[in-house]
Amino acid sequence: MGKYFVTIGLEMHCEGSLTNSKVFSPAKNEYNKLPNCNVSPIDMGFPGVLPVANKKAVEQAVMIASVLHARIPEYMYWERKNYYYPDLPKGYQITQNPPEECVGNGGYVDVEREDGSVFRVTIDNLHLEEDAAQLTHLYDTSTINYNRAGNPLFELVTDPVIHSADDAVAFLETMRAIYQYCGVSEADSKKGHLRCDVNVSISEDENTKGTKVEIKNVCSFSSVHDAIIYEVKRQSQLKDEGRYDEEVRQQTRRWDDETGTTIAMRDKVDAEDYKYFVEPNIPKVRLTPEFIKNVQDNIPELPSERKEKYISELGLSNYDATILIKEKPISDYFEECLKLGVEAKTAANWIISQILGYIYKHEININEIYLTPERLSKITENVKSGKISSKQAKDLFFLVLEREEEPEKIMKDEGMEQISDDGAIKSIIQEVLDENPAQIEQYKAGKTNMFDYFVGQTMKKTRGQANPSLVRDILTELLK
Amino acid sequence: MMDKTIVELHDLLKEGKVTSDELVKESIKKSHEVQEKCNAFETILDDAKGTEVTDDLLSGIPFGIKDNYSTKGILSTGSSNTLKDYVPFFTATAIENLLKHGCVPTNKTCMDEFGMGGTGTSGHTGVQKNPWDTTRQCAGSSSGSAAAVASGVYPFATGSDTGDSIRKPAAFCGIVGYKPTYGMISRYGLFAFASSLDHCGVLARTVEDAAIAVDAMKGKDPKDMTTWDSSSIHLYDDLNKDVKGKKLFYIKELVDKSNYKNLPKETEEHLDNFIKVVETAKELGMEVEEVSIDQKLLNAIASVYVVLSCAEATSNMSNLTGFSFGPRGEGETFQEIMKDHRTKGFSSLIKRRFVIGSYVLQTVNQERYFKNAQRARRLIVDVIKKQFKKYDGMILPVGIGPAKKLVNDEMVTDDELTALDEHLQIGNFGGFPSITIPDGFVSNLPVGVNITGNCYNDQTVLNIAYALQEKMSYKNQIAKEVK
Repeated sequence: MGKYFVTIGLEMHCEGSLTNSKVFSPAKNEYNKLPNCNVSPIDMGFPGVLPVANKKAVEQAVMIASVLHARIPEYMYWERKNYYYPDLPKGYQITQNPPEECVGNGGYVDVEREDGSVFRVTIDNLHLEEDAAQLTHLYDTSTINYNRAGNPLFELVTDPVIHSADDAVAFLETMRAIYQYCGVSEADSKKGHLRCDVNVSISEDENTKGTKVEIKNVCSFSSVHDAIIYEVKRQSQLKDEGRYDEEVRQQTRRWDDETGTTIAMRDKVDAEDYKYFVEPNIPKVRLTPEFIKNVQDNIPELPSERKEKYISELGLSNYDATILIKEKPISDYFEECLKLGVEAKTAANWIISQILGYIYKHEININEIYLTPERLSKITENVKSGKISSKQAKDLFFLVLEREEEPEKIMKDEGMEQISDDGAIKSIIQEVLDENPAQIEQYKAGKTNMFDYFVGQTMKKTRGQANPSLVRDILTELLK
Repeated sequence: MMDKTIVELHDLLKEGKVTSDELVKESIKKSHEVQEKCNAFETILDDAKGTEVTDDLLSGIPFGIKDNYSTKGILSTGSSNTLKDYVPFFTATAIENLLKHGCVPTNKTCMDEFGMGGTGTSGHTGVQKNPWDTTRQCAGSSSGSAAAVASGVYPFATGSDTGDSIRKPAAFCGIVGYKPTYGMISRYGLFAFASSLDHCGVLARTVEDAAIAVDAMKGKDPKDMTTWDSSSIHLYDDLNKDVKGKKLFYIKELVDKSNYKNLPKETEEHLDNFIKVVETAKELGMEVEEVSIDQKLLNAIASVYVVLSCAEATSNMSNLTGFSFGPRGEGETFQEIMKDHRTKGFSSLIKRRFVIGSYVLQTVNQERYFKNAQRARRLIVDVIKKQFKKYDGMILPVGIGPAKKLVNDEMVTDDELTALDEHLQIGNFGGFPSITIPDGFVSNLPVGVNITGNCYNDQTVLNIAYALQEKMSYKNQIAKEVK
């Protein structure tokens, strides 16, 4: 990435989407397109309301802290971060501070790059806080949606130990998988579950330090990647031009998706004083060793463990396994296929070569696709039993998605079943032979590749529906 | 009729000598009279109706609600212009609990704005006047509740107490004021002032009535994590006059007249009267001893209170922006709209406290002020808790004498009297159960004595107060205007 040494630190916000209620209120924690339908007076900060900590969210926080090998404090408590903003109805956010008092302090996660090499990202802290409401700025007005206000939010702060945009994204993908596999969040950026603040600096080499610039509220991994590339380029150019010291300040900028640039918001010297103090309405909760052990005993299978299983037990390649485990819903889809009797390699091929392309193209999630593991298994069963050819299977795949109809119905409607009737095929082959006497002569004269010509003609006549191996058997018989 | 106690009224209701409707009507009529005289109410619920009389002591009985309790469908202002037309859609747990017992609210009482203030003069509808002498304060912040109960509008009203907001107005109005152990009554629906110090409680004219009301209000609430299970505590049923052998202490530095250089005459009488009450306690078979507490610690109480309460208040009241509720401010940006709402809505006293709160929480000041105040709070609580290992309770005079004048008060509190005036805040620092009862008259105006005990020992504290009340002659006092 150019001639300067790049240092990146990330603050990854992941909304916990898998608790029944919000982190400090009994309102439903549920993604809903209808604004302001999951709201309690607590989420809107009405006079007299009090927060009640969600035990499930605390367990989830302890679980993630455990996966990150972080130190878990003996007592869990929260602090108030005081500032005014329209998306923060109470005028303060209940969060955790300082780092050594957060649910996870220190720790690390090992991240594998695409080339198989591994790097370690050390963690400053993980804390559990409440999300703010969602503001939408329209032409001459702004709207507030409180559905998200008060949802559990896990904020993970890394040390500045990442040195490329690709590594930053690889780390985020690894963490997204951990949140998903631990049952903490769907970690779905389409639902706004993932948001990042990115700290970027450049320096002459790894022994010197540059000036840290923070880019706020980057909402997708590709934007994180692009924002880093842009910011490194911007800072490098200023350095090249000798304007680094005057132009690059400790600053907060925001990423603008439309222009693909970062825009200055405020200098750090003007940073707000959040006047943190202990939230008095939530008594300190002791995280007993038994409580922590119980959470740790219930950590589900992690992505790294699934990957290992796919390679060593199912015989998949490292490449295939890496893709399959990247997001839990995809891995779950794969495992569902296995349960329905689809062979591992077959299922992996279908998912990687067809299904992923389809869902990315249509911007849907794998669990929203009409072609469920059941329907996919119907297609693969019919290939296996020889009823349809693999070419037909591919056609069937797209027809199922296009018409949203059961594979069997489409096979019937389209007359897709292979002709496996001896007599029927025999008469068609006879027709082919009768129409090509010259070719028979050539074959008999030793031109054996004419055999494939006859197969091809037969398949053509049957519009690909004849069972190819049966055709070969009968042809051999008739040409004797 | 409304000069009677809950038990007396209950008996009359059961015997059919009066109906709940008649009591409610009388309470409303009386409310209008007291409104004229004392300006005690934000809202008088003219449409209130009686309820069915059951075996529950509270059924059919009228009562008052301090205006910082959220009441569904009833204006709840906290005596602040920031909420001048706020009608909540949920009811505070403590009030819900009372309503379950069948008692009937007949008004919402005035207070110092959001409970901040101890004079009853800072509410948005003006000052509350003392029913004993309308040229004097009720003290606050539960000023309207104190004036109403003392005037015989009903046997009890709810209050809230962050520094001494129940217990001091009770003393100034010649009635009983009781705040139980922190977390015994849910704060859900009580407009927050300083959450770690805020207590719900009650103003009544007898210890029995205070016990009956708190029995109904209390209970663990899933909406308030600081509440605890008090279902085995039955304050009224277990009231017991036999306090023989109980041990009390008072703080020498506060009570010893020789400790003051310039003792005002009323304060001197108040302290002399207190010593008589100590003798009464001894006659009841209690031991009362003098304990010396570091004067420096006592002098710190008031400042610690200011730092901590202002800090929490500035955060707690950040929700008052005029966007979701309260009158919408004017302006082009959200900052301007919010600023306009807050500038117009809050009194200057509150604004001053916000500035203090904000200042002590700033990163550069936090260690020196806020953190040190927290440490001092713990020191004070530890010192008192240490005494509670040996003693069942602490007995002290309330304030520096009777109610202060509303204007031209000659009794401007001297610095050396501050600790005597503010020591009830110890009860909030430690979350201790604390009750004030009337203990005599100075300048023909009522004065009070306070009993404070260790956390969860509410019954002991109430029993001591009950025994004293029965031995003295100030039970169920109705204010008689002195000219």
